[in-house]
Amino acid sequence: VRMRSRIPVILLACGSFNPTTNMHMRLFELARDHLHQTGQYQVIEGIMSPVSDSYGKQGLVSARHRVAMARLALETSDWIRVDPWESQQDTWTETVKVLRHHYNEALRTFQSKDFTRNKHPMESSMEDSLSCQQPVLPELKLLCGADFLQTFKTPNLWKEEDIKEIVGKFGLVCISRAGSDPSQLIQESDLLSKFQHNIFLVREWIQNEVSATQIRSALCRGLSVKYLIPDSVIAYIAQHNVYTAESERRNQGQLLQPLRLQNTAINPLRD
Amino acid sequence: DPDRKTEVVLLACGSFNPITNMHLRLFELAKDYFHETGKYKVIKGIISPVGDAYKKKGLISANHRVTMAKLATKNSDWVEVDDWESCQSEWLETLKVLRYHQQKLLSADVTNSLQDAVPITKLGRKRKQEPNRHEPIKKKNQSPVVKSVPQVKLLCGSDMLESFGVPNLWKLEDITEIVEKHGLVCISRAGNNVQKFIYESDVLWRHKNNIHLVEEWITNDISSTKIRRALRRGQSIRYLVPDVVRAYIEKNGLYSAESEDRNAGLVLAPLQKHASDPRSSQALN
Repeated sequence: VRMRSRIPVILLACGSFNPTTNMHMRLFELARDHLHQTGQYQVIEGIMSPVSDSYGKQGLVSARHRVAMARLALETSDWIRVDPWESQQDTWTETVKVLRHHYNEALRTFQSKDFTRNKHPMESSMEDSLSCQQPVLPELKLLCGADFLQTFKTPNLWKEEDIKEIVGKFGLVCISRAGSDPSQLIQESDLLSKFQHNIFLVREWIQNEVSATQIRSALCRGLSVKYLIPDSVIAYIAQHNVYTAESERRNQGQLLQPLRLQNTAINPLRD
Repeated sequence: DPDRKTEVVLLACGSFNPITNMHLRLFELAKDYFHETGKYKVIKGIISPVGDAYKKKGLISANHRVTMAKLATKNSDWVEVDDWESCQSEWLETLKVLRYHQQKLLSADVTNSLQDAVPITKLGRKRKQEPNRHEPIKKKNQSPVVKSVPQVKLLCGSDMLESFGVPNLWKLEDITEIVEKHGLVCISRAGNNVQKFIYESDVLWRHKNNIHLVEEWITNDISSTKIRRALRRGQSIRYLVPDVVRAYIEKNGLYSAESEDRNAGLVLAPLQKHASDPRSSQALN
């Protein structure tokens, strides 16, 4: 009797993480619960990928700090980790490229495990032998908020082929708040509708809208952010004087890198 | 002395079933608010979980609730948990808890003053030496200037304030004394009805200077009810409650469909107590 195994899933969240907040980490928890409750998936890993400094967003502090803060925030998590690859690239990297990179890394790991399994069949763990003779390839899905889904509508921001790859090949897990319903957004787009089986919509009923912008603003005013971001991150920010009126002015007046490049992109959602 | 700030102690009463990051945020928001006025200094925060005799549906034992609150405030240097209320065998009105903590501060203050006081004989001698002085002598060794006692204020969310309007839940005279003698600090989110609620009540309006409204801009709806619901459904509560609280809940298997059924069908203690009391059915306005 062959047991049907769940599809292993890796969740990838891209963003500024400027700084990492409790809400960022909640997204992972919500997504994992949702996928598990479908009965079809097993979330094996969560990856937080802070954007590189060349993103050019106003107030973006150095990647060194943002990665350090994310690491501190995730200290107590046994399944989510921060990956600095994207932040270490010289230029801003399109989301689809970040997905491709991490997927290839996952495949590499998977294949090396598979190789070990085939070489030493008697030594495989109970878990391996139970999860059927053909272990299932992991899937990598992009974890995001509903606002990200919205950006697909911005003219010239995305290439159509990139959206197809993100939604078709990889998949989206999109968290939205209690009040909003992004399913309409999907219905209004032929492209997104086509791949709706691969877009998982998760409702966050426990509102916890801790925006990083508000956190930075509170910090600059000397107000408390305790219980909104981890204590370890608060301590790091204080120790390194990360957020100041000056840091908020960084990149002021500059255009975001993806918008700078949009001249080369075709209008993606004109369907 | 215009530069002297009034010292404030924030007291939060509630079920804390369990304590969440939102409860803890209330203290931080209130403290920031008072400091920004330049007139107050928050010196302490007290969490006072309600006793089991409250008989609210789903209320688990006070031992657990107090322990979780203590775990949650372990690394806070100003917020602490007081279990006096939870140890009482009968349910206590909020006003009584306020009075208890205010009295405690008064007694502590008297004790401190006595320790600082100078023996009267010394004072007499000084007066003898300077008979023509009419101004009060401000010397180091004189009897201490009377220091104002810290004020205990009730910290709450808009739901508690608005519960003043629930028939038989509160006695009008209690509400009056709370806002008149102590004061309220009410945290609510933007776009709330609290100001309207205060406007519509004569008692609250009369003492509105003692009702401090603090707006919470960061929407934070982490209610204990939702936490318990998530736990029943096997969903994660990470990052909504302090991690030590989450671990404690998991280790002790707190909160289930069974625990949620506790006290089902029972009447809430204040409602039970006030049902026959004509003073409680007095309208808030």
